[in-house]
Amino acid sequence: MSKFSEFAEARRKNTKMVPVPSVSIMPERDLGSSPALECLHLGIDFGGLKAVDDFNITVGKTEICGLIGPNGAGKTTVFNLLTKVYAPTRGTIMVDGHDTAGMNPARVNQLGVARTFQNIRLFNSMTVEENVAVGLHNQRHCGMATSILRLPHHWKSERYYHERALELLDIFDMTGLASNEAGSLPYGAQRRLEIVRALATNPKLLLLDEPAAGMNPSETAELMENIVKIRDQFHIAIMLIEHDMNLVMNICEGICVLNFGKIIAKGTPEEIQRNDAVIEAYLGKQKKEVEA
Amino acid sequence: MSFKNIKPQTRSTILTYAIVIVAFIAVTVLDAAGFISNSLSGQLVPICAYVCLAVSLNLVVGVSGELSLGHAGFMSVGAFTGVIVAGCLTRLGLESELLLFVASAIVGALAAGVIGFLVGIPVMRLRGDYLAIVTLAFGEIIKNLLNNFYIGVDDAGLHFSMQDTASLGMQQGTILINGPKGAVGIDKVSTFVIGIVLVLITVAIVLNLMHSRDGRAIMAVRDNRIAAESVGINVTKYRLIAFTVASALAGAAGVLYAMNYSTITPSQFDFNQSILILVYVVLGGMGNIWGSIISAAFLTVLPELLRPINDYRMLIYAVVLILVMVVPHLKIYQRAADALRSRFSKATPAVAAEGGEADE
Repeated sequence: MSKFSEFAEARRKNTKMVPVPSVSIMPERDLGSSPALECLHLGIDFGGLKAVDDFNITVGKTEICGLIGPNGAGKTTVFNLLTKVYAPTRGTIMVDGHDTAGMNPARVNQLGVARTFQNIRLFNSMTVEENVAVGLHNQRHCGMATSILRLPHHWKSERYYHERALELLDIFDMTGLASNEAGSLPYGAQRRLEIVRALATNPKLLLLDEPAAGMNPSETAELMENIVKIRDQFHIAIMLIEHDMNLVMNICEGICVLNFGKIIAKGTPEEIQRNDAVIEAYLGKQKKEVEA
Repeated sequence: MSFKNIKPQTRSTILTYAIVIVAFIAVTVLDAAGFISNSLSGQLVPICAYVCLAVSLNLVVGVSGELSLGHAGFMSVGAFTGVIVAGCLTRLGLESELLLFVASAIVGALAAGVIGFLVGIPVMRLRGDYLAIVTLAFGEIIKNLLNNFYIGVDDAGLHFSMQDTASLGMQQGTILINGPKGAVGIDKVSTFVIGIVLVLITVAIVLNLMHSRDGRAIMAVRDNRIAAESVGINVTKYRLIAFTVASALAGAAGVLYAMNYSTITPSQFDFNQSILILVYVVLGGMGNIWGSIISAAFLTVLPELLRPINDYRMLIYAVVLILVMVVPHLKIYQRAADALRSRFSKATPAVAAEGGEADE
């Protein structure tokens, strides 16, 4: 036996095989195409605290996926990991089949991940239209010299930004607000503008961080319709963090429940509603002793 | 189409150009009529230079939102490079004063732009106070470097030394830069017309940059860095663009400033100079270009206007500065400003109608 195969056999014998996270669930219609998002063993430590650990998820190409969990479970941290605001300590993030290792937030966005923020982050001193135009930044290029010299290409680009911005604002009936300062908008409109701005970057995966926070029931109902409409119109995957269970259970196809940085349940809304671990995380453990 | 219906952005652009052109016509007419004193007409070119500097610094401080305390450093890079170029071209026998200025201004701006870019690469990784400290140090470093530069030109070409003029080893050359004594024997080619043209070019570059794809990106980074990153904007790149363009424009303004005098010394471009330019920007309003123009012109003229009451002029200058800072915070001023604003801009019914939701 040659030296090489001895080495190979020794190595094979020393290799321990472990189970790996499989594709959990995904809408049947998305099976043919690569998933919008795939996380494997994703985790981040803040000092000694494992804020997120062993986070595995697959989001289909046109899936609406909910990420829920009690306060402090690490939901927003997951979004910050996906968009590389935080660099993951462990694990892999694949966006549409591309590994995002070593990318910065801007690069991840160019790859197709757009997001909104829990505490709204608009460009407050700019107008609504300009906010969307900033989102369109990478959709059409126009060099600095071209702009300074006001060459024809500059005007064509400006017309494109203008028209496209109005088209996108029309999704939420916000064209009338186009020339208003973003910071002066009412709260609900600011949330909607954030979604429009994120959509302007032409994402494959849209991350919504509590989109219905601070909205009244009728606004929430409208938002639900719009989220589904956006998915159908743009053929993108949407992942949302939300505390409004009515919204989550109505529009999410797959739901992932997080508690203390770990996934405690994954499944369809019906499965999640029946899941003991989820009920325990939200409502606490039933006292069995009392019954006995 | 009335003035009210134009977009606010276009309105302020028109206003900015109008201010420069009206000021130019007014000064020309008054000068022809003999109303402009000698001391004031001597200030015309420096006013133009300071306006350029204020507008370009506004690109960094107002539009990009970074505090830079080294603008005079870039100004001096432009000024001294321009003087060297002018000296060489004169030696080569260039007669036209306009060409001499244009060539010097372009090379001066390029040199300042390159230095701005090189300084910007490490500096743009810093934020806030740290950036201010580094740019401040840069201004001082440039000043002290220039204090030790000896540059001359003869038929063999440029000579450079950091010891003294004797070590330049020139036979029959002209000394262009003489260490702490600065640049001597500069051709005074700057005129008010050239100054106004440079102001217009500077304003056009800054305004066109602001109201473009890149300008929106720069302002987006200023308003919310994390959000800007989240929509795919390369934050460092756009901060660097603003810083570099502002440095280049400061370099051109430095050439204009230098070529108005027969001598300039490195010590003129010290920390106080940087602060002075920053004062123009802050008083004119961050991100407000016409504000910078007016405050730079006004605060450059003011000490001259106050010359008759010489004993008190710096006192009054200081009082005016304090007033400009205090007055905008007075209730009565804010009410007057609101009234003015609503007169000149159309109401925004959309927000008013939806205003009720704001409390949620």
